[in-house]
Amino acid sequence: MAKKRVVTTTINGRTTEFLCEPRQTLLEVLRDVLDLTGTKEGCSNGNCGACTLLMNGRPVDSCLVLALEADGAEIETIEGVAPADGLHPIQQAFLEQAALQCGICTPGFIMSAKALLAENASPSEEEIRFYLAGNLCRCTGYDKIVRAVQQAAEMRQEARF
Amino acid sequence: MRDFEYDAPTSLADALALLERHDGRARPLAGGTDLIDHVRTGRLAPDLIVDVKKIAELNRLELSKNGLRLGAAVPCFKIYGNPDICRLYAALADSCRIIGGIQIQSRASVGGNLCNSGPAADSTPALIALAATAVIAGPKGQREVPVESFCTGPSRNVLERGELLVELRFPARPANSGSHYRRFIPRNEMDIAVVGVGASVVLDSTGQKFVSARIALGAVATTPLFAEEASRLLAGMPVDDSSITRAAEAARSIAKPIDDMRGTIEFRLHVTKVLTERVLREAVARARAQK
Repeated sequence: MAKKRVVTTTINGRTTEFLCEPRQTLLEVLRDVLDLTGTKEGCSNGNCGACTLLMNGRPVDSCLVLALEADGAEIETIEGVAPADGLHPIQQAFLEQAALQCGICTPGFIMSAKALLAENASPSEEEIRFYLAGNLCRCTGYDKIVRAVQQAAEMRQEARF
Repeated sequence: MRDFEYDAPTSLADALALLERHDGRARPLAGGTDLIDHVRTGRLAPDLIVDVKKIAELNRLELSKNGLRLGAAVPCFKIYGNPDICRLYAALADSCRIIGGIQIQSRASVGGNLCNSGPAADSTPALIALAATAVIAGPKGQREVPVESFCTGPSRNVLERGELLVELRFPARPANSGSHYRRFIPRNEMDIAVVGVGASVVLDSTGQKFVSARIALGAVATTPLFAEEASRLLAGMPVDDSSITRAAEAARSIAKPIDDMRGTIEFRLHVTKVLTERVLREAVARARAQK
């Protein structure tokens, strides 16, 4: 079996070292080694977006990233989103708009929405739908998610985050 | 997932040495959006994965008066994030914006899309339309292959053992030129092309006549196709419905699609013509807007 390697990365602002095999994905290491289970496994083939996290600021499917590729990278997962004293405005907007039911897709949607709002402060409905197309939700029918992102964008405009 | 070794060389020479030493048992990794899935499902069974993202030559993204040099590992989002590339090589940017969702575009490369050699690859018709050349390095040195000759069948291409796609080179865009790539899918996004068409046109200074054109088709044969005859028919012709329809009919005549769950042969042939017309019209509009 291929030897385990040491990877040094920054996860949610904290320098983190872990050991992994070359064949382990970043998703597997987060969930099974580092106990960061907020990032969900859905399809594990890059279609559903449940495992979305930010790698050097870009949204990626962590099921399609080898953990070794995270060496030297900045990783942000759903665990790094909420401040110590409550919820991030995107999370708050998801709650207020009832943009989740079973919740499995939610961390991925929130990470993608965070990347979207960092790139585009006031996206149109079409831009939101297009940007979030790599995240699947089988409960909500998407409308509530789109509304939540719109609300989060407004909150951001009002300088609430 | 299958057990394999991983290396991330920082020089092209080291990467080539690794590929040669593992003689057909190593696979290059760029964005991994196809490769990691293929290893997981067992479709590919490499003993070594060579991450090529740390090699300078494969990360090139250089626009100059001589044209565009696109390193094989450059991810899609960097291409459509460059306003000059969007303007000059619009068909390429069009295709990069619709490959997978945003997460895929953060990682997937045009070079990888070409090497994966899927008949429905979105960026390949754009590369053909823009007359790109594949620069390949290997144990016997470097060689260049026009993109329309790169794919030889589904998941098959001209790369020989130990060879690596280094970059794609595009000639400079002439004045009064425009390009476009579009695909037909039943959804709005995140789908595989039922038919894809890329085209580039060069117009005369009045914008009323075609100087030259290149049309390429995806998802209608075992490889992406260069519609050579259709392209040639436009040279010297006035920009009007009859020229465009004639070229679209010639493009349709080379399509050899299959019946599958995405569309019937009849439907794909029809869409090939309609889409070719629409893509040519958009390329013309963009050429005229370049003024």
